[in-house]
Amino acid sequence: MGDTRYEMRFAGSGGQGVILASVILAEAAVIAGLHAVQSQAYGPEARGGVSRAETILSRGRIWFSKVSRPDFLLALTQASLDAYSQTLAENAVVLFDDSLSMPAGLDASRAIAVPVLKCAKETVGKAFTANIVAVGAINAALRLFDDETLLEAVRRHIPAGTEEINRKALEAGAALITPEQTAAFAVQIG
Amino acid sequence: MPKTVLMQGNEAAVEGAVAAGMRFFAGYPITPSTEIAEGCALRLPQEGGKFIQMEDEISSIAAVLGASAAGMKAMTATSGPGFSLMQENIGYGAMAEIPCVIVDVQRSGPSTGLPTSPSQGDYMQARWGTHGDHPVIALSPATVRETYTLIIRAFNLSEKYRTPVIFLMDEIVGHMREDVELPDPSTLKINQRKMSFHDGANKQCYFVPDGQFVPAMKPFGQGERYNITGLAHDESGFPVNSSEIAGKLVGRLLDKVEKNVDDICRVEEVEMDDAETAIVCFGGTTRAVMDAVAAAREAGEKVGMFRPITVWPFPEKALRARLPRLKRILTVEHNHGQMLLEVQRIVGGALSVDFLGRIDGTVISPADILAKLREEGPSHAE
Repeated sequence: MGDTRYEMRFAGSGGQGVILASVILAEAAVIAGLHAVQSQAYGPEARGGVSRAETILSRGRIWFSKVSRPDFLLALTQASLDAYSQTLAENAVVLFDDSLSMPAGLDASRAIAVPVLKCAKETVGKAFTANIVAVGAINAALRLFDDETLLEAVRRHIPAGTEEINRKALEAGAALITPEQTAAFAVQIG
Repeated sequence: MPKTVLMQGNEAAVEGAVAAGMRFFAGYPITPSTEIAEGCALRLPQEGGKFIQMEDEISSIAAVLGASAAGMKAMTATSGPGFSLMQENIGYGAMAEIPCVIVDVQRSGPSTGLPTSPSQGDYMQARWGTHGDHPVIALSPATVRETYTLIIRAFNLSEKYRTPVIFLMDEIVGHMREDVELPDPSTLKINQRKMSFHDGANKQCYFVPDGQFVPAMKPFGQGERYNITGLAHDESGFPVNSSEIAGKLVGRLLDKVEKNVDDICRVEEVEMDDAETAIVCFGGTTRAVMDAVAAAREAGEKVGMFRPITVWPFPEKALRARLPRLKRILTVEHNHGQMLLEVQRIVGGALSVDFLGRIDGTVISPADILAKLREEGPSHAE
């Protein structure tokens, strides 16, 4: 436990696909030879309500499966951004949709506000690809996995016939991140 | 070379059951067990098996008992509310000696409670949910890999002892995904039930040779005609009103488990050899306990973990063997203190038994356990 775990939290509203985003990053970790544990918490609704997912990465065995103080937070709704930006680890990186307003107390130098939802709808052309756009942006900022590993992880979790649009979503997500942001936020998994 | 994959606990339950030979699943979807029904709906047709979604949990367990009587390895999966509905027929399965596996992925209760939140509140229900004195075997996994291997053992014990086996999962392990390297299928030990077909010497369907506990099973629908009932019955399977025969029957049913506890009980013990404090836990709670034990050891505290893998019957002999060295036991469960009662019964006042529980649907963390250890621990006792 402790400093060898890299803890990630993904939060949004039910139906936005934050659980799948967390699963894809865990899958990429397994392909890359890391240990990964993924879990989720959601309400009884199929759509709406708060949806939260967590992925823990480590080079060592992971036992406790829950995240308490995430090193990374993805937030796609104001409610989840406001709630979960209060319980972050020191130096945590927060990536959120730029339609949301920055919560008081969040360290602006560790915040990445990018148009995830707009990019999915307009650049990719399908609003439901927002989670894959987010995955592309997250990996571009944190440089967790090489592009081929991430693409393979995505392929394992999408329906046949949607490979092209999902590849496009990944690339569009990555393009939202600047080289300066990558330089500032890239992490090494301990 | 086995490959590492990312797998969910519920998926591992399906894959393990299929590897064990399960070819019939009847169920009614309920969070957090639904992925097991989904997985069986996908996998069983691929394996030549049958999946059926029933109208409720009562009919689900009934269909499972029927399929098993007809010779199939059969399973259902549910959560607390559905497990409650299944109880009458679980007793029927125990009385009529029909092997099957019932997966209960526990969630927060009582009643429909918090559907997506973890709990271990069905521990006592797994033992006493159905009425009357009856044998129970219940196993509880702590990891995704163990879910796979242990559900195979659940089938093996069920077939060997001709009794329903409860596979007591919880939301923590059922809904969690982790990297797992599954064992090579050729290394798995798979039990098949002992069958008897038209043996001239004894056609009684519940005939048990002297010194044995378990009758060989005659499959329904393959030429054998006999009676199956939940009433007290003699070796022919037909009901009797004789207290002598009923007493002997129920005694034998209980003996199947009680006289074979060494075969049935399994425990995982971590850092127990020099431990002065033992943390007793099971299922998903183990994950926080493992981190707490590691942190306590790093701080020089002599703490170990005693984890029943077989949760019913409780591995009493193994815990008794540890008592002389121990100064303290801390039982940690996601309930109001259920396995705690078994621990207290076995310890019998010989040493202090503390409890850390949770009933609000949140998860006990390693920090919670360390705080409890240190709050009342031996190092602070003076």
